[in-house]
Amino acid sequence: MKKFLTALQLVITLLMVLFLVVPVLMSMLAGVTDNYAHGWRSGLTLRWVQQVWELYHGAIGLSILIALATLAITLVVGVPAGYALSRSRNRLARWLEGLMVLPVAIPGLASALALLVMYGSLTAFRTSAWFIVVGHVIFTLPFMVRSVTAICLGCDLKTLEEGAASLGATFWQRFTTVVLPNIRPGILAGALTVVTLSIGEFNLTWMLHTPTTQTLPVGLADAYASMRLEIGSAYTLIFFVMIVPLLTVLQSVSKPTGQQRGQRTNRMKQDQTA
Amino acid sequence: MQTDLTFSRPMRLLFLLPLLVVFAAFWLLPMGALLRISTGEHGGAYLALLHSPRYLQSLISTVLLSLAVTAVTIVLSLVAGLFLSRRAFPGRQLLIAALTLPLAFPGVVVGFMVIMLAGRQGVFSDLTQAITGTRSVFAYSMTGLFLGYLYFSIPRVVLTVMAAAEKLDASLEEAARSLGARDWEVLRDVTLPALAPALLATGAMCFATSMGAFGTAFTLATDIDVLPMVIYTEFTLNANMLTAAALSLVLGAVTWTVLSLAHTAGAQSAAPSA
Repeated sequence: MKKFLTALQLVITLLMVLFLVVPVLMSMLAGVTDNYAHGWRSGLTLRWVQQVWELYHGAIGLSILIALATLAITLVVGVPAGYALSRSRNRLARWLEGLMVLPVAIPGLASALALLVMYGSLTAFRTSAWFIVVGHVIFTLPFMVRSVTAICLGCDLKTLEEGAASLGATFWQRFTTVVLPNIRPGILAGALTVVTLSIGEFNLTWMLHTPTTQTLPVGLADAYASMRLEIGSAYTLIFFVMIVPLLTVLQSVSKPTGQQRGQRTNRMKQDQTA
Repeated sequence: MQTDLTFSRPMRLLFLLPLLVVFAAFWLLPMGALLRISTGEHGGAYLALLHSPRYLQSLISTVLLSLAVTAVTIVLSLVAGLFLSRRAFPGRQLLIAALTLPLAFPGVVVGFMVIMLAGRQGVFSDLTQAITGTRSVFAYSMTGLFLGYLYFSIPRVVLTVMAAAEKLDASLEEAARSLGARDWEVLRDVTLPALAPALLATGAMCFATSMGAFGTAFTLATDIDVLPMVIYTEFTLNANMLTAAALSLVLGAVTWTVLSLAHTAGAQSAAPSA
């Protein structure tokens, strides 16, 4: 009976893996297959990938630029805010933290409509890529702030800063030589999350884009709707090639910080027992 | 409260200022404008929603779909997550990697994955053709959407279950077992209650995401009557800003309420054990 249950668990897990992985592999294969309806025996080719590049390289490039602009703004706005929030434990700070995640908690469609209502008539802004950047900033900012707040709370900055201050370091000296170096892993994790989310963002972007500001996922939706399966697949393949390395680095970055934090709490426990 | 010697209150406000400005200008004020538009004509848009079977029907089917997705995702992820976090076997890391691979896929790509599985040239179509002689295609329907949201949710919930299970004190389960509890009793009385806060939080997130997801439905079919699609059609095709605004605010209110209820309940259920 016990063996049977274990086997059942294994089978369900394997079926879930198949459900998630099979379509990924199939679309990767379809992207380099000459004619998918005839299977891979019809021959492998890179011409679909090439065609996608010709059709959509503008959208792919714009997505990278938008992601970088979003990252720059979330760094400038989010890192100081995350640091300040970690040190203000009053009700106002809590309230602000709750308010800030609203653009993530409520559907992107609503935020996008709101931006259109408010700024839709400012044509120069509305037709520029900055309109999309603004949407992405609102959506990704909470991730940066939370990542920075978490690491600030995890590494007892206050004591470190008091040490530096007692040695005569000014506020800005402390911020650049004590705070920033100590919270770097948190900033890095937040930055990778922001870039990954921005490159893949569709819900807001579809409403905010114009024909001249097409991004990678907007182009994907276009390709899925109006091109043959091989083109959609080749485009998806390009997306995978861009996003999977980002995700891998993100996971390897967030793991070590978790261990560090674990070691630190262990050390703190030892200190307490000693 | 003791004063912060190294990070004064005015400085904290200065550090929070960019966040406050960006958030107010590009989310809070636009949302206010959206709310004002939706309540124009003495709230006529909201009254119209109540009297329109189509809108109510789409709200109900979106809620039911999201509930079904949440329930199935939680059950499957519990099976796989507990299995993977409890056992060491060769290939375990590979299975975990496979289950978390789609984490960075946006909704549009998930929609395409469903097309690769259940679309006209998909796996199911080929399999049913080979077995029964007729092609079974269900990607472009509610079933397809259900599969898509499942695809999107499984990686997130599996990760949460695994993280929560690893934090679980194994000695509690051992104690229950040594007192003669059977496996399912340990699961019911020890493991599940301990995992409950994490499951509640991730379940609420899963529900809210399914309610507001737009990309997957957009890729699969524009005539699936889920709320985000209805909002989109009202806005673009019918240029009915009033209804689109009211519907998106209703949708936002539903997801926000579910998330904050789960948050409150989670805080309460975590408190006694702490």
